[in-house]
Amino acid sequence: MTTERDYGQLLTLTFSTPMPYEWSIGKYGSLFFHEIRAHQRFIGIRCPQCGKVYVPPRRLCAPCFMELDELVILANLGTIMAFSVVNYPFPDPATGEQRPIPYTYGYIKIEGSDNIFSHIINETNVERIAVGMKVAAVFRDREEMQGNIQDIKYFEIME
Amino acid sequence: MARRVAIVGTGQTDHRSHRPDVNGREMIYEAVKRALDDCELSIHDIDAVVIGNMDHFESINYVDTWSVEGSGAVMKPIMKVTTGGTTGTSVAIAAYYHVASGLFDRVLAIGWEKNSESDTTAAIITCSDPIWDRFSYSGAIPSLATEASAYMKQYGATQEDAARVAVRDRTHALNNPHAHLRRPITVEDVMASPMLAYPIKLLDVCPRTDGAAAVVFAADGVAQKIAPKPAWIRACAVRHTYTWFGDVDYNAGLVSLQGASREAYQQAGIRNPAEDIDVAELYLPYSYAGLKWIEELGFCGPGEGPGFIQDGHTDMGGKIPVNPSGGVISTNCIGATALLRVAEAAGQVMGKASQRQVPDVEVALATGFGGCFWSDMVILGTVRP
Repeated sequence: MTTERDYGQLLTLTFSTPMPYEWSIGKYGSLFFHEIRAHQRFIGIRCPQCGKVYVPPRRLCAPCFMELDELVILANLGTIMAFSVVNYPFPDPATGEQRPIPYTYGYIKIEGSDNIFSHIINETNVERIAVGMKVAAVFRDREEMQGNIQDIKYFEIME
Repeated sequence: MARRVAIVGTGQTDHRSHRPDVNGREMIYEAVKRALDDCELSIHDIDAVVIGNMDHFESINYVDTWSVEGSGAVMKPIMKVTTGGTTGTSVAIAAYYHVASGLFDRVLAIGWEKNSESDTTAAIITCSDPIWDRFSYSGAIPSLATEASAYMKQYGATQEDAARVAVRDRTHALNNPHAHLRRPITVEDVMASPMLAYPIKLLDVCPRTDGAAAVVFAADGVAQKIAPKPAWIRACAVRHTYTWFGDVDYNAGLVSLQGASREAYQQAGIRNPAEDIDVAELYLPYSYAGLKWIEELGFCGPGEGPGFIQDGHTDMGGKIPVNPSGGVISTNCIGATALLRVAEAAGQVMGKASQRQVPDVEVALATGFGGCFWSDMVILGTVRP
């Protein structure tokens, strides 16, 4: 909120009111979070046409325009495909607060899947991260889980 | 059978980081007025309007309705088209479709952005899936940084190679009175600028700009009466891939641009792009794109981008000058950015690019980039197709 009005010749209006939304996660997305809570592992889904396994699971395969229903159990392990250490500040639209920096944005291929899962990696020293490294998901304690992406705390480098 | 279509007029604002002297509709008006003046038309000559911007940047929805006093669309058919960074080429291509369909003779395309009105990164993040991607996603820069890292690893390109692209575009901007950033920079300046997300530094990326662009499209038979030398649409191609960041195959390169350029070159009969195209206005939001994406476009072979830049082939006077306007690294009013590429390419074909004119342009290329690694292409020419 603007506390001190700046009466310059050209005025601006500040808007900073929260506007809540409630997004549907859907049937398969909900299953993904239930699986994490029950077994600390991932669940994917296979396309009956191209055979590609997607994680998180979703209802549709875009290139095939097919409906999917074959769930696949996956481990909490993966490989770093790409990463970037974020050093610049910005307000996080998810919280309204500035997102803590630095943090590492990672593209992770979960073992047994064919697409890439994006999340954070708990290492911000560029010298200690490399494409190809094996990582494992670290989950929140069961009683703290809320059925959202932060039930995965981060991915941890295993080597 | 589609009708032939040409661009007959263009207009743009004098781009700045902050325009507190105008609201959105007033800024839109400035570009529309200049486009109409450029082709000596009145708003009454315009049959329909296509307009677009980035949805969350100003957080004012329905620009098609609230901007009418600036767009001039009162009691006319108007349509909003929004596709992220490609919005500017999407409005251009939609305007082309309008005229090519035979339903409208003179159509106005508008792109605009008041980037100063919100935090760009936070606004871009609202394009990502709120359940899966938004928690870790941090806007455009890290996605591009991952692409840059992969390219450097694959071909041994360096940060200095990329810096030369930023220096080229910022040098070209000195010839463009409309450009936002008009201070020359050196490779050393780029290297010394703050690291935002390795390997991208502050001077490797586009600025945030307030600005608008407008382009008038006209049908064959009408266009020749409006403009002595219209810029004919020779090809348009659109390739929009996934919306899930995890589904993009980063090892395959920018497949959307590969696909769009193949189709556009075929439509326009271009076999050797670096020889057959006289000038290119490319949507290069960061310096590394100026190395890698000219390879996707076939200006040079895979891994040859750094050498092609260093040899000066994309400078003014080179084999295929890129971004005589200064490009996106010098001006980035996002919803207008890709339309500026089309407007600048049209200006080159029409011989109206003043100090930034490349001599004897017959074929010009414009690209759009955005969405989730999406690409659009427009090829313009002096010859009626």
